Amino acid sequence: MRNTMPKLVLGRLSSSLLTLFLVSLVIFAITSLLPGDTAQQILGQFATPEQVAALRVELGLDQPALLRYWHWLSGFATGDLGMSASNGMAVSQLMNDRLPNSLLLAAITTAISVPVALLMGLVAAMRRGGNVDRVLNIVTLSMVAVPEFLVATIAVLIFAVHLGWLPALSYVSTVDNLGDFVRIYAMPVLTLCCVLIAQMARMTRAALIDQLDSAYIEMARLKGVPPMRRVLRHALPNAVGPIANAVALSLSYLLGGVIIVETIFNYPGIASLMVDAVSNRDLALVQACAMLFCGAYLILVMVADLCAILSNPRLRNR
Amino acid sequence: MTHNKQGDDGFVSPEQSLQVYRAMQAGLSRRQALKMLGAAGIVAAGSGMWPGLSRGWAAQAQPEPKRGGRIRMAAHSSSSSESLDPAKGSTAIDYVRAYTFYNGLTRFNEQLEPQPALAETFESSDNGDRWVFTLRPEVTFHDGKSLTPQDVIYSIMRHKDPGVGSKVLSMVEQIGSIKALDDRRIEFNLTSPNIELPSILAISHLVIVPDGTTDFSKGIGTGPFKCQEFSPGVRSVAVRNESYWREGYPHLDAIEMVGISDESARVNALLSGDVQMINNLTGRNADRIKQGDGHRVKATNSGNYTDLIMRVDQQPGSRPEFVEAMKYLFDREQIKHVALRGYGEIANDQPIAPSSPYYFDGLPQREYDPERAAALLKKAGVSGARVPIVVSPAANYSEEMGQLLQQSAAQAGLNINLNRVPGDGYWSNHWMKHPLGFGNINARPTANILLSQFFASKAPWNESGWKNEQFDQLLVASRSEPDVAKRKQMYADMQTMIHNESGIGIPVFLSDVEGYDARIGGMDQTIPLGSFMGYMCAENIWWNA
Repeated sequence: MRNTMPKLVLGRLSSSLLTLFLVSLVIFAITSLLPGDTAQQILGQFATPEQVAALRVELGLDQPALLRYWHWLSGFATGDLGMSASNGMAVSQLMNDRLPNSLLLAAITTAISVPVALLMGLVAAMRRGGNVDRVLNIVTLSMVAVPEFLVATIAVLIFAVHLGWLPALSYVSTVDNLGDFVRIYAMPVLTLCCVLIAQMARMTRAALIDQLDSAYIEMARLKGVPPMRRVLRHALPNAVGPIANAVALSLSYLLGGVIIVETIFNYPGIASLMVDAVSNRDLALVQACAMLFCGAYLILVMVADLCAILSNPRLRNR
Repeated sequence: MTHNKQGDDGFVSPEQSLQVYRAMQAGLSRRQALKMLGAAGIVAAGSGMWPGLSRGWAAQAQPEPKRGGRIRMAAHSSSSSESLDPAKGSTAIDYVRAYTFYNGLTRFNEQLEPQPALAETFESSDNGDRWVFTLRPEVTFHDGKSLTPQDVIYSIMRHKDPGVGSKVLSMVEQIGSIKALDDRRIEFNLTSPNIELPSILAISHLVIVPDGTTDFSKGIGTGPFKCQEFSPGVRSVAVRNESYWREGYPHLDAIEMVGISDESARVNALLSGDVQMINNLTGRNADRIKQGDGHRVKATNSGNYTDLIMRVDQQPGSRPEFVEAMKYLFDREQIKHVALRGYGEIANDQPIAPSSPYYFDGLPQREYDPERAAALLKKAGVSGARVPIVVSPAANYSEEMGQLLQQSAAQAGLNINLNRVPGDGYWSNHWMKHPLGFGNINARPTANILLSQFFASKAPWNESGWKNEQFDQLLVASRSEPDVAKRKQMYADMQTMIHNESGIGIPVFLSDVEGYDARIGGMDQTIPLGSFMGYMCAENIWWNA
């Protein structure tokens, strides 16, 4: 009965590998289609054709595309991410500098946004149609509607420029104590929470209401189960599946999708590394970032599915 | 000829030379205008004419530099492709870092004349063919190694290796060989004479690194600051080099450099006090910074321009009347005030900026004249025609200039189609490849480099494909002409030729606009090569707090 779980995980992991392989092919093809190559980007506006040709040979760009892809793939399979063509550093080193920043920002945002969103969704679902629900509805709708760059820019104008309470830039390196930490992360986390909470809260509300409308809840109500118990014990376990998926989708955004927040707060994260890599046509770095984002996404979705299965006795025991 | 100067106490400051320039524009001769400087009144009368500059020089006469302090500066572009290899420098932050951690054999002063730096003296016995540089004694690199001629030979000759990916390969090609004469003297032999070699050696790409360096991540040089931390695309921290060879320098204890590519984020960081100096501002944000008391704006014309390229080897640029007509269609005042919000200077279809010693002020200004343009277009047989012009965000302000040109061309009976292309990949795929398009050229350290790279018939970046034998001869002859007056005349002739014949229209020079905390001292110095005091601010500024 329980051995279906490892089987499922294994099946998912192997299909993930296939997905990663296909994604790497697509990324390689698209990067090759972009105008200009690494040599031209390094030498810039004032490059002579001879210089470009010489640098291409130096960087190995004169080899056929398929051969270059094979080099990258065989390196990747053995754990060697290759060298960044644009600045000669190891890709793993560059990622190593940035990834912890991104993960930390994602972790803080998750720790705040998930409980708040679930609570908001829960309350709204329980008080459906009431004033609380209406207010929460308006708040989440307007949070979804306002683009994050606007939230971030207004926050900077108010808290950094006019009030001077918080720094306009977020440096991870200037953290000395807890106070600094809170000051530095306050605005980026606030901005990201605005986007994520709204989405997750609305999905939670919808999923719960779906369950609350069903016949077994009606039955529970008629049997005199108190409202709190009805929601937490009866409806919520059945709503975990869709909620977990909504959370996973939102969180996958926290790695690659935070480019706007990274730009506005000058936060050295992994998303801006990938944007740089694309504009420098730095293939090894683009591939490594893409693999990371894609891998994280696949894992999150898998975890969400597992949550759904574990929370549902019918699926669990099948 | 011999150059043996110590330090630079220039007799005319750049603010003063601007005054002279303005006065001359108002109709005075250079001599009369210079005389006026003696009479104190002009300084007061002139303040306020120049955004940002006015406050700087009216307030303080000669303030004492203060030692100590730490500042953070933010440049407009930053990417993980940054390197401390001076040969690869491609944006402002790279150039500033080069001058922070390294030194050149020479350095520029405010008049853009080469001054002794790591070379104590430099001289040429035969009008620029063979040069001897004598190294300053007892200079050490940050790791304690002494500076030797071998370091110089390695630092310069490595640019000739195409695999290095040097940005200045073409400039170094003229250096045939370098050899050490003894343990302090170095001989440069050029393939063709060049009187301006000391200026070329002052640029940020040609700074001196230790012999044999291939790993540049530590930033080991002889410069005023040591590299404490460098993380590409994130930040660098420079701390004072206690054993710097230049007495009394640098003033600051430490400088942190970051890149903030988003302009409003950069401005907010300055206004909230997170950074003390930013560059690359547009007029709107410059005005916003000026509103407060704690910050100032400085605009420098370093000769950066966006130009209309009319390929003279293709239709319709091959008709000289068409090219001339287009130059008359620039409403330069409007471009300056509408597109640049006043942060620019009217140009005259030739690339040498008024701050250059070789600027020819006798060239009559070409004015906006749609009627004359209409007549010329008729003569060229293209009136009523529809011509496409390629514009792109990659060439700064080309979209705005294109729109204004479109409006004024309509009045002269010419329909312009603006063909907008993305900035990404513009320089390799579009620049110089269309009959009509825009380019953007940054300041070059000397007039000769500028003309050699962009106007000589065989230059790879001869944007309009303009070929003129007489021009080429003058250009080569000017490199070995020892007499300053004669050289100036040659440059005047070349500027006139470009103004009249080449397929390049230069409506305005774009000012480098930067914002800084009012507590930064020394900002009244101007080295008109680019933002951050010609990228050389690190050792020249101090912190008044």
